[in-house]
Amino acid sequence: MNWSTLDTWIVITGILSSMSCALIGNFLVLRKMSMMGDAISHAILPGLAVAFLVSGSRGSVTMFVGAAIAGLLTALFTQWIHKFGKVEESAAMGVTFTALFAIGLILIVRGADKVDLDPGCVLFGAIELVPLDMITLLQLSLPRAVWILGSVLLINLLFTLLLYKELRLTCFDPALATTLGINAHVMHYVTMTLVAITTVASFESVGSILVIAMLIVPASCAHLLTNRYGVMLAVSMIVAAASAVLGHISAITVPTWFGFADTNTAGMMAVISGLIFTGAMLFASHQGILSKVFHRFQLSLRIACEDILGKLYRMEETTSIQPTQQYAVVMPAGKWMHRLAHANLVRAGKVLYENNTYHLTDHGRWQAKKLVRSHRLWETYVAKHFDLELDHLHESAERIEHFISQPMQQAMIEELHHVQTDPHGQKIPDEPSDHNYNSDIHEGDT
Amino acid sequence: MPRFKLRFWFCLVLLLTWPDSVAFAAELASIQDTYMSLPSYDTFIRVFLLKDYNTRVVMFGTMALGLAAGVTGTMMLLRKRALMGDALSHATLPGIGLAFIFMIQFGGTGKYLPGLLLGAGLSGAIGLACIMTIRRWTRLKEDAALGIVLSVFFGLGIAILGIIQKMQTGHASGLQSFIYGKTAAMLASDAQMIALVAIITVVICGLLFKELKLLCFDQLYARSQGWPILRLDAIIMALVIVVTVIGLQAVGLILMIALLVIPPAAARFWTDGLFPMTLIAAGIGAASGFTGAALSALLPRLPAGAIIVVVASVIFALSLFFGTARGIVHRLIDHMLLSRKIAQQNLLRALYERSEKTGLQPQLGISTTSSTTSTSFKRLLATRSWSPQHLRRIIRRAVNKQLVRPNRHHYYSLTGRGLANARRVVRNHRLWELYLIHHADIAPSHVDRGADELEHIIGPSMVDELLGLLAIKHPELAMPPSPHATTRAGKPHTPPGISKHT
Repeated sequence: MNWSTLDTWIVITGILSSMSCALIGNFLVLRKMSMMGDAISHAILPGLAVAFLVSGSRGSVTMFVGAAIAGLLTALFTQWIHKFGKVEESAAMGVTFTALFAIGLILIVRGADKVDLDPGCVLFGAIELVPLDMITLLQLSLPRAVWILGSVLLINLLFTLLLYKELRLTCFDPALATTLGINAHVMHYVTMTLVAITTVASFESVGSILVIAMLIVPASCAHLLTNRYGVMLAVSMIVAAASAVLGHISAITVPTWFGFADTNTAGMMAVISGLIFTGAMLFASHQGILSKVFHRFQLSLRIACEDILGKLYRMEETTSIQPTQQYAVVMPAGKWMHRLAHANLVRAGKVLYENNTYHLTDHGRWQAKKLVRSHRLWETYVAKHFDLELDHLHESAERIEHFISQPMQQAMIEELHHVQTDPHGQKIPDEPSDHNYNSDIHEGDT
Repeated sequence: MPRFKLRFWFCLVLLLTWPDSVAFAAELASIQDTYMSLPSYDTFIRVFLLKDYNTRVVMFGTMALGLAAGVTGTMMLLRKRALMGDALSHATLPGIGLAFIFMIQFGGTGKYLPGLLLGAGLSGAIGLACIMTIRRWTRLKEDAALGIVLSVFFGLGIAILGIIQKMQTGHASGLQSFIYGKTAAMLASDAQMIALVAIITVVICGLLFKELKLLCFDQLYARSQGWPILRLDAIIMALVIVVTVIGLQAVGLILMIALLVIPPAAARFWTDGLFPMTLIAAGIGAASGFTGAALSALLPRLPAGAIIVVVASVIFALSLFFGTARGIVHRLIDHMLLSRKIAQQNLLRALYERSEKTGLQPQLGISTTSSTTSTSFKRLLATRSWSPQHLRRIIRRAVNKQLVRPNRHHYYSLTGRGLANARRVVRNHRLWELYLIHHADIAPSHVDRGADELEHIIGPSMVDELLGLLAIKHPELAMPPSPHATTRAGKPHTPPGISKHT
């Protein structure tokens, strides 16, 4: 890997543009308008084209004005078509931005001789060419893109910090914001204008697709990682900066592993942000898929264990059958889960395996009693308050028995006047005396 | 209301001037070099009679594509997934690039079309799976899922294209056409392929029409009826992917999305039925494909794909305003007629209640002479919050319809016809008030507002029902007394003597 000043400028440009996009993207994601970023970044094309054709130059100011107007028009047209035409919002968006994009394309092709504007540059960007265009301002010689993107990032930061709580309110509760005198519509259109400006600033250097990626992906990623608004803003910017740095490094290195030359930095930045998002989706502590799967697994295991205990307890009650391995067949959990639950119970010393038969230990019996008690209490309660046949009671009790906490059992037994037997005539076990088994029960833990 | 009107006019002016400013800008650019000549009569005839082989192919191909996209797009729009096509079409790019590299590595040309399309289809399907996973497993909503898949997949595609561009063997220039399209360079084989896809799409949608209809409008019901929702959904998605992949080459990425979204959205303004909507969407798609291709053949230097989309958007804009089922003009007229009717009924009720108050009992049946109290304009103005101009307009309309008779200067009374109408409105009003008081347990002072809104829309069957409900307590229901009069006076109100129902 050959690192030069060129690469440093590319990375700095990438960081600046992706951070300014990510910051404003948070509001799009939170207000469930992510596709608005896609729409605006395509729809500013006619704005740029008209600005070029009118002014005949690629001056930054005209470009920004044209883009801002086009972005605002996209938001307005979408809103109008949605409201007056009663078209679904996403469809209205689709109609608006594709139509504007087509108009822009025609304008560019018609005026192509005069304007140096290539649709390819619009899509892919030319971040590799950024360091070639240096501008000296205040005795500082920086690439033009860095000047522009730096000021856009500053504007976005100012906007976010100055309107911190107003933005938060309009994101989470627009109705409340309106009653408190914050005009949610104005906020919406200001945000959209900023999206357009940020887009056009990032356009030249990183291309429209990376703009969309940076608007949506870091913010979504942060949304999965935290529940706090301020933290989300910060995390999204960190993710954006990280994907810019890693994106450029991998654009230089990764293709060489497979024997190819280096590739497009903007594309790789989007890919890296996607990888970071995938990581967050899998490993986030609360929202992550793995943690969800793990919690689900834990719950199924607990239920399987408790089902086995309950089964053994009932067999002990009748005493005619010696529990052998055969009884496994009737368990509702899968075979695999059942075996695991068994091993777990034996290891925890709740079940004893001797002479090919299973026995409850004292500990196991204590827990089984609690379970069967909640099962039969529920059946009795339902039989008393709902007009159900006797054979309809078991199913709901089988599900809910795992979730009835001790205070709830107490409330039920008082409501039922300390009844001794359930509707099937079986004895409701007494509340087992408090041993020091409490450490590993999950009563009421859902 | 005035705010709405203001915004509406602003919108209209903008819409009208927008093309002008664009044209103005285009003119500026074309002053020197890009003079746009109108096509001669001969070219015109040649294009529209399909004399050129090339034009024939392009027009046929784009028409078929518009048709197929219109049909599948309708399903997507109704499933509220209009932008799914957007995400899927972007997600095809890495597949195209990878297929290209793969074929080069194994000694092919890299531009074998079925191979590229297979790659596109596969990566589109993976993108779809990612969208489903994000939606199912995270708190992110549909929009974020679409945006993430769209941008990350497209970024990957660009990175792969970047690799291809620097490869020694490959000539990647052809792959760019998947992004921008190359409508004008469509081959006969391309057109045939599009036609085949269009036929398959139409046949599948036709065979599964009932099931898809159920899926579009009531997914839960369809599931409870035992239909395989997931598989039906997968069929629609597969169709969308196939149409998108085929269309990418013809019109390019963004314009493909347009063909999936715009024709169905435009068709929705013309009808409320799914079958006509599908037909109209297919028609609009085909028409814009045809017209766009023709225009771009007639006028030089207009990219066909973009022209097709512009034609489709123009059709959309026309439908938005003039559509017969949901068009803006249609709805505005409906709204205007309804508010006129309501204003007129309010006037009649005000006149009737005025004569009730003055003790002159309105008699029905005498149409020639005035049977109600003459009420002054000033007094009418005070009854409701209407402006003098508005009231004057309402009165003029009512006089024209011979419901109200002008007596002296600015004094008005009901005619026989007006009296009959007024009685019906007042009766509706009071029946509803009584219903609210007796059955909804609302204080008499609170019922007037609700009744004021409902009196205009209570139909005869509703009146019968209300009569049935209230008959026991109020035997004199031909014209019930105003509950407000009763409570205010503190004594039972004698109902005006009315002999027969209206």
